[in-house]
Amino acid sequence: MAEDGQDPSLADQEDDEPKGLNEEFSELPPVLKGDEKLIELLPGATDNAASFLFRYEDHTLGNALRHIIMKNPQVEFCGYSIPHPAEAKMHIRIQTYDDVSAQEVLEKGLDDLADLCDVVVEKFNEARNESDSQMTA
Amino acid sequence: MTQPSEAELAKRRFVEFTAETIKNTSATDYPGVYPGEDHSWNIDKFRDSFQVEFHETKAFVSSFSLIGLSAPIANAFRRILIAEVPTIAIEDVYISNNTSVIQDEVLAQRMGLIPFKIDDDLFKWLKWAPAKGQPRDYNTIQLDLEVNCEWFEDGKDKYKKAGERDPRKLYKNAHVYARDFVFKPVNRQMPFVNASNDRGIPSPVFPMHPELLIAKLRPGQVIKIKTHAVKGIGADHAKFSPCATASYRLMPKIDIIKPIIGADASKFARCFPEGVISLKPVTEEQAEDENSPYAGHEGEKYAVVADAMKDPVTRECLRHPEFTDKVRLGRIQDHFIFKIESTGQFTSNDLFVEAAKVLKLKCLRAKRAIQLMNK
Repeated sequence: MAEDGQDPSLADQEDDEPKGLNEEFSELPPVLKGDEKLIELLPGATDNAASFLFRYEDHTLGNALRHIIMKNPQVEFCGYSIPHPAEAKMHIRIQTYDDVSAQEVLEKGLDDLADLCDVVVEKFNEARNESDSQMTA
Repeated sequence: MTQPSEAELAKRRFVEFTAETIKNTSATDYPGVYPGEDHSWNIDKFRDSFQVEFHETKAFVSSFSLIGLSAPIANAFRRILIAEVPTIAIEDVYISNNTSVIQDEVLAQRMGLIPFKIDDDLFKWLKWAPAKGQPRDYNTIQLDLEVNCEWFEDGKDKYKKAGERDPRKLYKNAHVYARDFVFKPVNRQMPFVNASNDRGIPSPVFPMHPELLIAKLRPGQVIKIKTHAVKGIGADHAKFSPCATASYRLMPKIDIIKPIIGADASKFARCFPEGVISLKPVTEEQAEDENSPYAGHEGEKYAVVADAMKDPVTRECLRHPEFTDKVRLGRIQDHFIFKIESTGQFTSNDLFVEAAKVLKLKCLRAKRAIQLMNK
């Protein structure tokens, strides 16, 4: 934060431009500091059983993602936890049947959840337009 | 693949409330739970089954049902509404002078909590709060508050001769309101001011509630403050939360299994808030059919469910032994009645759309992070 009450007028100097993922997803608050990674593979992973660390995520994404991954019939187990309430970290564990890749399952889960949001918005706007037109009619 | 019957699906969706316990609380629609059934994620199936119904639509208060959603998803939307949809709020307060009875730190705290509405285009253009370094035109909105309290010219006369005691009639600026904030646009913020002036709006930044009281002054007291408002999210501080409340509840369901007739019926109706249960007279036809449970009760009233949505599921009716085997109370597991009250930056309905966008962005960002992880 600024040291004093200086006017926000130094427009040409862009000194705190976000970088990396912060820049790529500038509509979300910039959470990553320095070289931090948003997601890491935790030690002890095999191809079909792995735990992932999500930084700066909580129950919001954790539970929704767990749900959508559990919807995948190739998944034997999926669970999430927040190891410590004072650390902004979320762990998600995925175990799959046979030789299905845990990481691909995670990526599919994220895709499915993104598609779900699209459908929800689409149907929400449809219903909203319908109820608006009923009101004006 | 077998397809369960509608009756079976309705049973699985029903969360039963008995006098002492709640049964069937968690969803079971996952692959592997029911042999031979397909419960895998299918976007087309979801599109067909998901429904939205509106109950109340005012600009800043709306209520709607999302039907066919699972609890973790509905909860993600609710949590994002409260904590992750951005708005602007005053973050830094630079006090030059404050001789009012409100202490500096209390005044600063109050200012943070004032809901400001900012022009949509300016809001989109605005970047996040500066992590460090100087405030810039693209991340800071400057709002100034300068008020001096003094006697009105005829104030002293009014006080002595007319016995006037209302401070607002005796002194100028006896009350300081949110509307006294003045937006000080700088550099690239100017075009937004011009654009909103063209639309007949004097300023692209204004308090949602102009009459919001900030402080009270007496003659000679002064407040001179410069503030910086920034874009932030509710997870950082509740002042950034875009909604007053965002909550959901499950749709109540009342099944009357055996008819409740006569005096019992009105007693039954009294177990619920008004409008939930209505009383209907038994028709001649119903009374004449010997096999019907209404036989011989012509003209008497019987209870029917009029509007289950109004029921808070207090379970009062289960306290009376005459009703225990005649009624089944519960809620529907995948029917969420949302209620969103906005503080003004977005309309309530837009707020929900914003929340869905944020969830999608979080998914896309995580997907990208996995790609980066493999490098």
